[in-house]
Amino acid sequence: MKSILRLTVNGREREDLVPQNMLLIDYLRDTVGLKGSKMGCDGGECGACTILVNDAPQLACLTLAATVEGKKIETVESLSQNGRLSKLQQMFHEKLGTQCGFCTPGMIMAAEALLRANSNPSDEEIKKALEGNLCRCTGYVKILESVKGVIESNEEAAA
Amino acid sequence: MEVLPDFEILCPNSAEEAAQMASKKGESRYMAGGTDFMPNMRRGLEKPKAVIDLSGIGEMQSIEKTGNGLRIGASVTLQQLISADEIKSDFSLLAEAAETIAGTTHRQTATVGGNVCLDTRCQFYNQSEWWRKSNDYCLKYEGEICHVAPTGKICRAAFSGDLAPALMVHGAKVELTSAKGTRTIDLKDLYQEDGADYLLLEPGELLVAVLVEKLEGYKTAYRKVRVRGGVDFPLVGIAAAVKGNGTQLEDLRVGLTGTNSKPVSLEGTADLCGGSFDETGFKALEKLVQKQIQPMRSTFSPSHYRRKVALNVSRRLVGNLLEN
Repeated sequence: MKSILRLTVNGREREDLVPQNMLLIDYLRDTVGLKGSKMGCDGGECGACTILVNDAPQLACLTLAATVEGKKIETVESLSQNGRLSKLQQMFHEKLGTQCGFCTPGMIMAAEALLRANSNPSDEEIKKALEGNLCRCTGYVKILESVKGVIESNEEAAA
Repeated sequence: MEVLPDFEILCPNSAEEAAQMASKKGESRYMAGGTDFMPNMRRGLEKPKAVIDLSGIGEMQSIEKTGNGLRIGASVTLQQLISADEIKSDFSLLAEAAETIAGTTHRQTATVGGNVCLDTRCQFYNQSEWWRKSNDYCLKYEGEICHVAPTGKICRAAFSGDLAPALMVHGAKVELTSAKGTRTIDLKDLYQEDGADYLLLEPGELLVAVLVEKLEGYKTAYRKVRVRGGVDFPLVGIAAAVKGNGTQLEDLRVGLTGTNSKPVSLEGTADLCGGSFDETGFKALEKLVQKQIQPMRSTFSPSHYRRKVALNVSRRLVGNLLEN
């Protein structure tokens, strides 16, 4: 059974005919063509598919596309503007937080959600926000440094 | 993971409408946050013809003050529960337990009702279809024996929700709605010791809200032991409320999860209260826990380890609460 899904993906309104049993991750990757969000563990344990739904982080592999009707979806592709990386993305690049890159879209979106809600999180708060995101390269220290890099750079800009 | 079954999604606007939908549609399932239900469906453990999406039911999404407590809607998310002002003051135990559940991202969508009704778990059940099939299935899913206790007649999958023991300590009741009407029962009467049929709900019955009472003059805490620090189910989870100081124990309430097919509200604690609580008291507490829990081979960690952990953690938890 299919139904019409109306929503906003990365700032653009869309209307698509989707099967009711379609996962949001499949909708984003295969229907919309945004391949940034990754299907990792396929069961809600690794966080690689983390996207933002109305500014809150959500796992696209555990979400049915039809249940985000009318909502605002943001994937990692939404962050760069006019070909320039966002500050968070730039920090993942500079501080080597990207590692092999597979977990990165999920890590960045989970960190993006944290920074929108709390512009100056403590180390513990960053770790807590990213607890559901696994990096099989085990580059957690670099990932933590990348997120902290955004906070430091904001502080420098304000000083 | 399997391809999802074909189903239609129904979106009721009220709990009553949801219950009506469930009574009309055979093989339907309620879905709240879906953080546990979706993986189960993708593993082929659930094959509903209709999924009733509860996210549009406003009446189930609020926390309201009652006379001496709170009415927590079943669709309140764990994140909402953790950050709610009403919870921070007198119900911090609930927030403490909720914070240990899954990961930050899961808690944005996972709900109170979902965790209270969380499906029981077992290393022989939470597996892929080919794994289960090559193991001849099990009592909880299309098989004839329980691989955990092959000589027994019931499924030994473990209840693994973290909120239930904390709610039980707060004397929780649950509001249930079905096409036949509404009823309110004690939370502990919602469960039975059978992993394959652990919820005593009528067909199509929906958990609408949880009612909790304030604990006057108690100190509370929740401890969860698990393999991974985040995104993991409890090997043992213990909630305790203590009234007393130093060595004097006036009242004690203990709830446990992860050890049985239902959450355990520890019975017989009244006999330990009303006087000095010393080593004899701790020994008696350990004996109560020892007798009432039944950790089985449902997790990769051996059952004797979980038993030992349950005894040690309950002793430490009650001791710490008394001291502070």
